[in-house]
Amino acid sequence: MYKSKLSDHLILILGSVLMIGPVLIVFLTSTHDAVEVHRFGLMASWGDHFTETYNKVLFKEGGFTGQVTGVRMLINSLILGIGFGIGKIVLSMLAAYAIVYFRFRMGTFFFWVIFTTLLLPLEVRIMPSYEVVQQLGMLNSYSGMIVPLLASATGTFYFRQFFKSVPDELLEAARIDGAGPFKFFIDILVPTSKTMIAAIFIIMFVYGWNQYLWPMMMTNDEAHFTLVRGIKQILLVWVGSQIPEYNEAFALAVLAMLPPVLVVLIFQSWFIKGLTESDK
Amino acid sequence: MATITLDTVRKVYAGGVEAVKGVSIDIADGEFIVLVGPSGCGKSTLLRMIAGLEEISTGEIRIGEKVVNKVDPADRDIAMVFQNYALYPHMTVYNNLAYGLKNRGMAKDEIDRRVKEAARILEIGDYLDRKPRALSGGQRQRVAMGRAIVREPAAFLFDEPLSNLDAKLRVQMRVEIKRLQKSLKTTSVYVTHDQLEAMTLADRLVVLSGGNIEQIGAPIDVYDKPASTFVASFIGSPAMNLLKVRKGAAGLELETGSGLTAANPYGRDRYTLGVRPEHLSLVEAGVPAGALTLKATVNVLEPVGAESYLYASCGGTGQEIVIRVESHARFEPGQEITLTAQAKDVHFFDADTGRRVES
Repeated sequence: MYKSKLSDHLILILGSVLMIGPVLIVFLTSTHDAVEVHRFGLMASWGDHFTETYNKVLFKEGGFTGQVTGVRMLINSLILGIGFGIGKIVLSMLAAYAIVYFRFRMGTFFFWVIFTTLLLPLEVRIMPSYEVVQQLGMLNSYSGMIVPLLASATGTFYFRQFFKSVPDELLEAARIDGAGPFKFFIDILVPTSKTMIAAIFIIMFVYGWNQYLWPMMMTNDEAHFTLVRGIKQILLVWVGSQIPEYNEAFALAVLAMLPPVLVVLIFQSWFIKGLTESDK
Repeated sequence: MATITLDTVRKVYAGGVEAVKGVSIDIADGEFIVLVGPSGCGKSTLLRMIAGLEEISTGEIRIGEKVVNKVDPADRDIAMVFQNYALYPHMTVYNNLAYGLKNRGMAKDEIDRRVKEAARILEIGDYLDRKPRALSGGQRQRVAMGRAIVREPAAFLFDEPLSNLDAKLRVQMRVEIKRLQKSLKTTSVYVTHDQLEAMTLADRLVVLSGGNIEQIGAPIDVYDKPASTFVASFIGSPAMNLLKVRKGAAGLELETGSGLTAANPYGRDRYTLGVRPEHLSLVEAGVPAGALTLKATVNVLEPVGAESYLYASCGGTGQEIVIRVESHARFEPGQEITLTAQAKDVHFFDADTGRRVES
């Protein structure tokens, strides 16, 4: 067995410091008040404004119209993240199921059509997408923010590869056991893909959580603001003679980081399970 | 319980490959049929056609009186055991067994009764709460069998169910399958490439080659009277010795050299002559010369414990033959020996078609 040496630990510690250090500094800075931050820059010490700042960020009604609180933005971000995660998984699983298990004309062709949409990221097609959503009257709504981005080539591809690795005998056994296409999907395929679903969910949740451009295009109503937009907003609103509320921006950044971290932590054990227990 | 009838069943794949070329078999109720042959002989395709997993190109399959050509696998009243078990990985053993019954809308307590009964028969009662991944290969095999048993189907279909097990377990499970089938009296079709498995399990063997039936019969009949050189070399281990012979001055002689004398009972000019390793005896050991005698040179002795196999070449061309000898016999490489066999143990096959020649 390999015996770990001091140098191994040093490398790992260095890596951890590099990764955690900035996060820690952001957190510590957010506990000071804005004036201090403006005068002294980033802080590496614990300030005494923790409860005050976070209370304000979470519950004070801010923004241009004074309607949106941090909690509201957190909820919006969660809706976006979870909506993306679940919606994309459902849609791409169904697409992959059709491609892998049903023989239809030009199935492979359609798969490659879906796959090539990877070459067209959101930014390239944002104008036509906006036009469509606008004409459907879905501006300023959650569905407008989520639904147009649900089609996922990445997810479809991952699930297709996964389904292809599921032994055919499983399908045959299920057929003999009297399971039709729908039952097979729900009873066998979905539970078997658990770890895959967890992995895709993490990716898609973070993707949805971090959306900036699209929600900004879709909504001008502050009640639909997400955390990521909120950070920017804090710094924007106070430009001028005022001192920007750096501490609040930092606090919001910390809050914006937490849920994705939690999601990763929660699904991590499934990840490892999926990697170590390979039998399907 | 049901009979299974295959009537000139053919399978042609989209690419034009003909995997099964017009096979007809009548399987009696409660019979244990083994389809045996080398890989690519169409045995698995045939089984999958009975199961309904593969479409039938032409011909007809009947289970009981019902033509099942277009019937869904679930409605054929069959259960199948797969080579890789195909257990549902996320379900407990109990649910694996119960799944097919639940799908058929069976009452909960009836399901429970059947699962418990199957678990008792297969001695897997202690693992009912476990997931398949927590089981050994042999236990998974039992669960796969259990999934078939609980259904109480008209027929069991086995697709090389033992080939993923180690040698010892394979023998044990083989005995168990046989015992189980005899007690349940369910019509069974079993596919294997292992001739020993085929011999020991079958009520009747179906030897397949290249999509055709070479021979159907009870294992011992197939062994005693192989219908062709293919069957002769496939059934029995080590394989039957096959020698090319032609009509000589007195009886038959080797095409490629001297050393063989044999009677020519059918009066033809050429044959492929077959004799099993266990039917050749040494004249040196005091056995009187029979219908066939053969001079050979010892190459190597291969002891397997209970007996030994002697490899020797004959006819001067290095054609190798195998002789079964008793386990403690001593031979030196290069030693000259004379072998003999009785008339009833000498098989004659057509030199061109390979079919058995009989009067």
